[in-house]
Amino acid sequence: MGRLKTIARRTFLIGSAAIVGGAAFGIYQMNKDAPNPLVAGDGEATLNPFVLITRDGVTLIAPRAEMGQGVQTTLAALAAEELDVAWEDITVLHGPPAQAYYNSVFLGMAIPGAHYKDTPFKHEMREQIGKVGKLLDLQATGGSTSMKDFYERMRHAGASAREALKLAAAERLGVPASDLRTENSTVIAPDGTTIAYGDLAEALAGITPPDVALRDPATWKYLGKSMPRLDMVGKVTGTAKFATDTQLDGMKFATVRMSPTRAGMDSYDDSAARDMDGVEAIIDLGDGIAVIASNTWLAMQAAEAVDITWTPANYPVDTEGLRAAIAASLDEDADSMVRDDGDVTSAVEGTEITAEYYVPWLAHATMEPMSATALFTGDALEVWSGNQAPTMIRDACAKAVGLTPEQVTLHTTYLGGGFGRRGEMDFSVLAARIAAAMPDTPIRMIWSREEDMRRDFYRPAAIAQFRGVVQDGKAVLVDGKVAAPSVFHSSSLRQTGAVPPGPDRLHVEGAADQPYAIPHFRIAGHLTNIDVPIGFWRSVGASINGFMLDTFIDEMAHAAGTDPLQFRLDLARAEHAPSAGVIEAVGEMAGWTGQTPANIGRGVAFSFSFGTPVAQVVEVEDTGRGIRINKCWIAADLGTVLDPSIVEAQMTSGAIYGFSAAMQEEITFADGMVEQGNFYDYDAMRMHTVPEFEVRLLETNPFMGGAGEPGTPPSMPALGNALFDLTGTRARELPLIKTFDLIL
Amino acid sequence: MATRLTINGTAHDVDLPENVPLLWVLRDEIGLTGTKFGCGVAACGACTVHIDGEAVRSCQVALADVWGEVTTIEGLGTPDAMATIQQAWVDHQVAQCGYCQSGQIMNAAALLAQTPDPTDQDIDDAMQGNLCRCGTYPRIRAAIKDAAQRLSEET
Repeated sequence: MGRLKTIARRTFLIGSAAIVGGAAFGIYQMNKDAPNPLVAGDGEATLNPFVLITRDGVTLIAPRAEMGQGVQTTLAALAAEELDVAWEDITVLHGPPAQAYYNSVFLGMAIPGAHYKDTPFKHEMREQIGKVGKLLDLQATGGSTSMKDFYERMRHAGASAREALKLAAAERLGVPASDLRTENSTVIAPDGTTIAYGDLAEALAGITPPDVALRDPATWKYLGKSMPRLDMVGKVTGTAKFATDTQLDGMKFATVRMSPTRAGMDSYDDSAARDMDGVEAIIDLGDGIAVIASNTWLAMQAAEAVDITWTPANYPVDTEGLRAAIAASLDEDADSMVRDDGDVTSAVEGTEITAEYYVPWLAHATMEPMSATALFTGDALEVWSGNQAPTMIRDACAKAVGLTPEQVTLHTTYLGGGFGRRGEMDFSVLAARIAAAMPDTPIRMIWSREEDMRRDFYRPAAIAQFRGVVQDGKAVLVDGKVAAPSVFHSSSLRQTGAVPPGPDRLHVEGAADQPYAIPHFRIAGHLTNIDVPIGFWRSVGASINGFMLDTFIDEMAHAAGTDPLQFRLDLARAEHAPSAGVIEAVGEMAGWTGQTPANIGRGVAFSFSFGTPVAQVVEVEDTGRGIRINKCWIAADLGTVLDPSIVEAQMTSGAIYGFSAAMQEEITFADGMVEQGNFYDYDAMRMHTVPEFEVRLLETNPFMGGAGEPGTPPSMPALGNALFDLTGTRARELPLIKTFDLIL
Repeated sequence: MATRLTINGTAHDVDLPENVPLLWVLRDEIGLTGTKFGCGVAACGACTVHIDGEAVRSCQVALADVWGEVTTIEGLGTPDAMATIQQAWVDHQVAQCGYCQSGQIMNAAALLAQTPDPTDQDIDDAMQGNLCRCGTYPRIRAAIKDAAQRLSEET
């Protein structure tokens, strides 16, 4: 490995020719509407894949995983804005796996070039290429794409449904549709006659929903406002259903113990477990076992009692060995060089600094351990799963039990946390396999916390080396090398069986794509070929590179003798105005002076990810009993903020997820297995350690940015930079608890 | 031998081994799934219920040891008739994924019963056993304070 795969221009030509060729070939398919997967019942009408009119009201399909980010509420608001449906009349559902719900953003993200440099033309090109996702049935939630994806699609669905309702009402009232208006889930005639949408459901049968123009944002009633979340009442009354809450007649309960070395199982002895209370069956899954019992806890007790010999791991067996493998790949030729501005090999005058950083393996640790419920009846399979990739999971479940995708019904429930983990197929497939071993019996499977922690697809560890030159208080050169196993390749292999061509951009995102005007700026990606299962973890590559690049920028600012906030501002201002804007805003919010009292430290950090520039200032305090985080100020520019309360929650959530990791989280390996098992050795921020937050949302970005992930990347360096300001000690490794006396 | 429990005011006879934790009695036997499994070792608080008004980790209380009346999130209030604290949670739009919130609310309800006007320190001390991976803590804190205010006005 270690072949230089990219020179930006050449890759651009090859990459786009290949993709555009595919698009041209499939142009008819792309423009043809995907079939509507909704089937209307008696007295119902389905106007498009997103709107179902029933006698009682309106059901909207929000086909992205509700994992806490509020996606159902804002997707519903987009449709409702045009449909004029009263907020309390809305029922929102995830909907089935279907081509109509394809992600129209993902493929466009693969087009070369840093997103902050997008011109309107380039942006349009990304949108067009994104539509190829339809051909691949690519229905997935991730990459902070949902709002960009549905900003127009949902509004068109609502507008077209509204006009269809008016046509149906016009026919009934004998007046032209153009004389009718809509409000509060009713069509209103000039004489004041009103017809509730529900009463038009049957009349909609013969009507083709027309295409109409979208309303002027200046008239919006729901969008741009903080709407009451549609999932809130269910979630505070214990009535919202997660996969593990599925209840079916005659249901049995299962848990698994799968190979923690990820290499398989040599042998097992279940003699002690077979006769334990409540045990109904112990199933050999090849690379592990499942226990089916009358109660989940009894299943877990029996699973623990099975004596299993695992096949040794196929990767270096301990943390140090894995780290050495990553370090070794730094000495190989680069696999990518997606940023190479100026000439970093030229002699540049100034003060040179170098630094090496390390970030550890991380688990997702969602609150709901992996779970799914399944019922196999021989010629059909029904699965209840909180998941981020319905079409792929449906197909994988079908294959695992010998059925066709058409024989599988997948219900997407609420997700008890996702963060990337529930885009994986493993847990749903396991439930399907266990159900297939006990036909006609519904099986509700949940993993123990330990199983969840030890069978994750981890955020990889990474090492970066940076060399920088500062001159006259400014950065003039950054030459960085980032080494880690490839999340993108690993995940693609797992889900599609192939590694996509071209450089791995996710591997260097957060470093190579930053809006910094540095005359000589190169970021090389080095991929480490080890088989530890890795996957998408909130903000992916930016969770790694955000820390490493920004910490280095902070080190350069200090070497240059320039205020760290001013130093970043100087770099961003010439390159991307919205990025400079958030840096300025956060400085203003925090009253940044560069000076703090002796027991207080402040750090600033910036990262542009998923289309959104985010700057954060963190304040830490040495309390005498340890260091705590007092406050965090966040400024973000998403271009258009569709729901301020939800976006604010995502910004603080992203930062807390990042602080948790930066402070204390680390997955370590011994004997080829993960050593952590539960929250006592893999903990996160809690009520008493969480700081106060202040968030400002700007709207100058010409393109809409994402919300779910961009809060995470700057949180880790902002904290490290604050600790440096407080103590004078620079931590170049995470977690920070190894270097500082943090209050946990 | 069946064990008799009173849950949300209703008596249930449970025919399970006596060492099965209350959590799994509630979820798998009674069908009250509002109480969640998060860790199994009292490290996350997702399974918090009340026994005689006291907040307990139901994953650590064996069926045989349940010493009084059990209240779960379903017994605290319903979507049509929410408890004051649940309404505060709605008004502050606390929940994100929502999986930990039953436990957070049950723990906070017990705090307010004991300490009607909690300080930030009281909230820190009482709530630090309840983990939330979405990081909803700032809104939880605000909702608790708001609920305390409303409850004091109600009495």
